[in-house]
Amino acid sequence: MMADSGSSEVAVIGNTDLTSSESENNTMNTMVEKETALLRRIEISVPEAEKRTGKNTVNMQEIYTVYLIETRPTETVIEGDTSAAPDSLWRRYSEFELLRMYLLVTYPYIVIPPLPEKRAEFVWHKLSADNLDPDFVERRRVGLENFLLRVASHHILADDEIFFRFLTEEKRWKEEVLVTGFQDKADSRLKSLSAMFRVKNPDKQFTELKHYSEELNTAISQLLRVRARVADRLYGVYKVHGNYGRVFSEWSAIENEMGDGLQSAGHHMDTYAASIDDILEEEEHYADQLKEYLFYTDAVRSVCRKHELIQYELEMAVQDLANKKQQKEELTSGTVRIFSLKGMTSKLFGQESQEQRESRLAALQQSIEDGEDAVMEKNKECRVFLQTAWKDIERFKEQKDKDLRDALISYAIMQISMCKKGIQVWSNAKECFNKM
Amino acid sequence: MSVGAPRGLASSGQKPISEILHPLCAAEEPLSPGPDVTVNVDGDKEAVLTNGTPVETSSPASASSLFNRLQLDDDLEVDGRDPYISTETQDLFVTVDDPKKHVSTMETYITYRVSTKTTRIEFDLPEYCVRRRYQDFDWLRIKLEDSQPTHLIPPLPEKFVMKGVVDRFSEEFVETRMKALDKFLKRVADHPVLSFNPHLNTFLSAKDLNKRQGLALLTKVGESVKHVAGGYKLRARPAEFCAMGEYLDTFTQKLGTIDRIAQRILKEQSEYLTEQREYGSVYSSWAGSEEELHRPLEGVATTVSECCCAMDDLSENMSQDFLPVLREYVLYVESMKTVLRKRDQSQAEYEGRLEAAILRRQEDKMPMPVEVEKCQDKVECFNADLKADWERWQSNKRQDFKQLLTGMADKNINYYEKCQAAWESLITLLQDKQTEDKRSETN
Repeated sequence: MMADSGSSEVAVIGNTDLTSSESENNTMNTMVEKETALLRRIEISVPEAEKRTGKNTVNMQEIYTVYLIETRPTETVIEGDTSAAPDSLWRRYSEFELLRMYLLVTYPYIVIPPLPEKRAEFVWHKLSADNLDPDFVERRRVGLENFLLRVASHHILADDEIFFRFLTEEKRWKEEVLVTGFQDKADSRLKSLSAMFRVKNPDKQFTELKHYSEELNTAISQLLRVRARVADRLYGVYKVHGNYGRVFSEWSAIENEMGDGLQSAGHHMDTYAASIDDILEEEEHYADQLKEYLFYTDAVRSVCRKHELIQYELEMAVQDLANKKQQKEELTSGTVRIFSLKGMTSKLFGQESQEQRESRLAALQQSIEDGEDAVMEKNKECRVFLQTAWKDIERFKEQKDKDLRDALISYAIMQISMCKKGIQVWSNAKECFNKM
Repeated sequence: MSVGAPRGLASSGQKPISEILHPLCAAEEPLSPGPDVTVNVDGDKEAVLTNGTPVETSSPASASSLFNRLQLDDDLEVDGRDPYISTETQDLFVTVDDPKKHVSTMETYITYRVSTKTTRIEFDLPEYCVRRRYQDFDWLRIKLEDSQPTHLIPPLPEKFVMKGVVDRFSEEFVETRMKALDKFLKRVADHPVLSFNPHLNTFLSAKDLNKRQGLALLTKVGESVKHVAGGYKLRARPAEFCAMGEYLDTFTQKLGTIDRIAQRILKEQSEYLTEQREYGSVYSSWAGSEEELHRPLEGVATTVSECCCAMDDLSENMSQDFLPVLREYVLYVESMKTVLRKRDQSQAEYEGRLEAAILRRQEDKMPMPVEVEKCQDKVECFNADLKADWERWQSNKRQDFKQLLTGMADKNINYYEKCQAAWESLITLLQDKQTEDKRSETN
């Protein structure tokens, strides 16, 4: 779905009938794009996927899939000038992963859009769990396009230079992204984990948000799991009806007047049984929409963790400062209230000289001033983070509510389409029965 | 074909007898026998036709002629819509309904109300209302079989049910059985020969069906062809009866297959229903943690649950209406096969006696013995009756299956229509919110 030049949003669902072209191979990306400076300039799409063979890192032959990224200047699209060739390059899934990791580290206060799943999960039995399966590749292609459009629609992320180069520079991009050194800036898992357990006063809103994202994760996981089971069962119901086709055909052979009606009715039963394959394939699109938000919950939790980390570091800095001030107080008043090595040794080895004391005091004073600066910095960092992150969270919530409601609408439309097909087939069969 | 059941498969439903309109009366007048009818005052139930001709219901030889004689009064169109309903005058209407449980010290059982409306003079009254239990129906069937051996007697629903597996007193079971009994009785009443059987008369009218006495009301039981185990071997069965036999074999097979498919579908549907119910509840629990999405998600949960109800209805219909009728036809086929066997028997007997007589004739120069001629007569009548019954059976079968399968299609269409309506109203709900939001956005 391409953005109009004028409006900022494009309505996605117009009618309640899915056209046959939409059910064909090239599944349409139904995401709504928000206008950003980037999208005003270019249009982005991932129209194709291809298989390649090559040598991997351990020098073994492997088959992998690459995806074509096309960018087209917007003017040419508006003018309908299709002769101008788009810029295009091929990328592997792992490169997308690298890009996303870069974005996660560079913009920790933003809910980074997720990638489509690495491996097929929540499959109902007929659906292939194989990464090389053409249907899986096709759905992944749509997912990757969706990812790029989401990033391009985010007013902060869209301006990122590395992102732009991802879209336009095939060979040198990897080098450039590594040069940014983002991998060093990444917080270690250990740090994040320990912060999570030790932080004392995390922001209440963020705590609630974390809790909500866990609930959402649970809900969607459950939904996807049950949906897969429902799909399996529905498949069974439809397919068994195919047996009617055969038995009606056999029966019609021994009948005179009833024969024709039975035979034709049997064909309709075959049609009915066959229809479930397309129906369930279409429903996968709904599952994909849900999965995107399932993975989005991870992104939300990332932001929450970053907050916890920053908050924890602030608390540590404050604590550190308090300790130092305490030490200074003791040094000046001469009382040892807290245990310190210096205090201990002076007890054991006798009091230090006035000079020593004064130099220690000066060092401590400097340390306190540094500490105060640190606390101020951390405070500011914390505030800025809270502000920017919460703004993005609000944006995300709105987007989530809208997208999921759209997903539910399109799911309902799918169901209606399925019902209409059912009525059609059974009406046809009924007509045949009437002619018996 | 009974007119009392315009649409339903097996019974005319629970209508009280007063509501069943008799098509022969223009206004709602009490029925009374016509002016040219002789009513026998004494208890001897000698069946008499409207034109006064006595009828011997026991002799098979007269069956065909009786059939012909009944083709009068064709000017009354019984049911103009349906081309398959015969143009015979319907003057006997029976209904089985109103099941009731009876508890006695010895046993517990169900009785059904059997209502009759008729203009036939073989009956003393125009209306009867009696209560009968399954045993009584069984008695009737046995009596019919014995007294009309050359005719196809419609089947009864299964006699024995495994206690513990099936609840004999469950509403479903009783309902299904009642519909089958109703169908049985209607088929008998519909039959040009069987409906005049005095046992039927007794069944429909006697207050107490005392089966133990050899009822004085019974007319002479005709020469019934008894099942002779072993006995005569059949030389050459006429092609048409061979074809009938083959047809029945294949047909039974197909019915069995259809039964299995239907059962399998029910099983799959039931498992689908289980998952679908959980699916709905997951949406509901998700709705609990959402604000904006609360109503939409609850809406989906409601819609899914509505679809579950619709599926439940569909499955129930299939198991209540579709399967029993299918199974009953299997029994019907068995009855037909029995009659074919009996016919074979009587032909074999004839051939055997004929052979013996010819041998004796060659020796003694005696004329053909009377028994042989009688046998020949019997076989010819049997064949004629059978052919007539076969045609009627085929025609009924066509009608019944057309109805059965059309009904199945209808139920499925119904299911999808309900689901479609549910999803469409959900979209309205979801899209209303959308336009609400859009309006508030532009403000």
